[in-house]
Amino acid sequence: MANMKELTKGIFRENPVFIIMLGMCPTLGVTTQVFNAIGMGAGVIFVLLGSNIFISLLRKVIPDSVRIPAYIVIIASFVTIVQMVLQAYVPALYAALGVYIPLIVVNCIILGRAEAFANKNTVVDSILDAIGMGIGFTLSLLLIAAIREIIGAGTITLLNLSETTRIVITLPVISKSPVRVLTLAPGALLVMGYLKAYFSWNSERKAAKGGNV
Amino acid sequence: MSYIGILITYIFIQNFILVQFMGLCPFIGVSKNSESALGMGLAVTFVTTVASVVTYMVQHFLLVPFGLEYLQTISFILVIAALVQLVEMVIRKMSPSLYKALGIFLPLITTNCAVLGIAILNVQNDYNLVESLFGGAAAGLGFTLAIVLMSNIREKLDLLPVRKVFKGVPIAFISAGLMALAFMAFDASLVTNLHLV
Repeated sequence: MANMKELTKGIFRENPVFIIMLGMCPTLGVTTQVFNAIGMGAGVIFVLLGSNIFISLLRKVIPDSVRIPAYIVIIASFVTIVQMVLQAYVPALYAALGVYIPLIVVNCIILGRAEAFANKNTVVDSILDAIGMGIGFTLSLLLIAAIREIIGAGTITLLNLSETTRIVITLPVISKSPVRVLTLAPGALLVMGYLKAYFSWNSERKAAKGGNV
Repeated sequence: MSYIGILITYIFIQNFILVQFMGLCPFIGVSKNSESALGMGLAVTFVTTVASVVTYMVQHFLLVPFGLEYLQTISFILVIAALVQLVEMVIRKMSPSLYKALGIFLPLITTNCAVLGIAILNVQNDYNLVESLFGGAAAGLGFTLAIVLMSNIREKLDLLPVRKVFKGVPIAFISAGLMALAFMAFDASLVTNLHLV
């Protein structure tokens, strides 16, 4: 059961986006559509899983003084794989995510997990940690993207591969008069601010409850 | 695009923080007082400018001639990491007072999206050497503008009665959102209307 804790901590208690506040650039940059959030989440899970496995395997081999450059090379290799696969098989998503795909390299979540977890723990624990953190990141992205797309455009884009292969749910009332600003840049910052306030209210309430017991 | 056009584009129209969200972590983390915000902004400007020139050379003298474009991400991030180390060492030797002001920010800059971001955008936009230089400088100046404005707002916010759950990061995000709303007034048509294309 101890292993399950490694998996679930990333989703709630140590959620990378809302609690630890890491990886902000892609979080706000790509969340204009639900499908983009799914794509970015999948990319980050893959890179995180690959880098956590490799770094945990090599944790006794890499000398301490050059560990950060070594981690960056490992992470950048996996990001390049993601970049090539997306470009070859889902060019529409590759175009939509744009510069934010190579920027996964400097996503603090990945380097942060390498430094804080994978270089101290076994491969199995590191895999669970990567999956948990990756899912936590993806769910946070989905939450922000859903709020922005539903209120800002009145649609939910579940699949958007080309003009013909796409699944878009159009909501009846909101799509007639959407609040466009939420899909634009300011909307991302406002939604993030209010969600962050909600989460700090939530954790404060929980702490108060715990204090009474 | 003319050089002034590039400057206006990256400082106002495509502001790195408020429009493209690159470098948000230091933007939220280091904007608590205006002095360190200015230091961070200048350090980032310096690194983005130098990194733009160096990554331009890597791209056009190494990667393209040997057909290694797929190594772009790896080589750029390594070059940037090495460059930041080098800048840190040079500043420490040359000017201890500047190092005192910027030193603590330099290690943070390697993982600042803005540096890798402008290097990749320069390549995507097919900029030549001088245009890359201006692109890098403009990206850094846009970052500095946003972070300095933000730090002044946050210094004022500290004195105002903000609800407890909104204190700190949430209100900073909401203020940044309102600032981004103001920056939306700068439209791409500005550059065309001023005949700067």
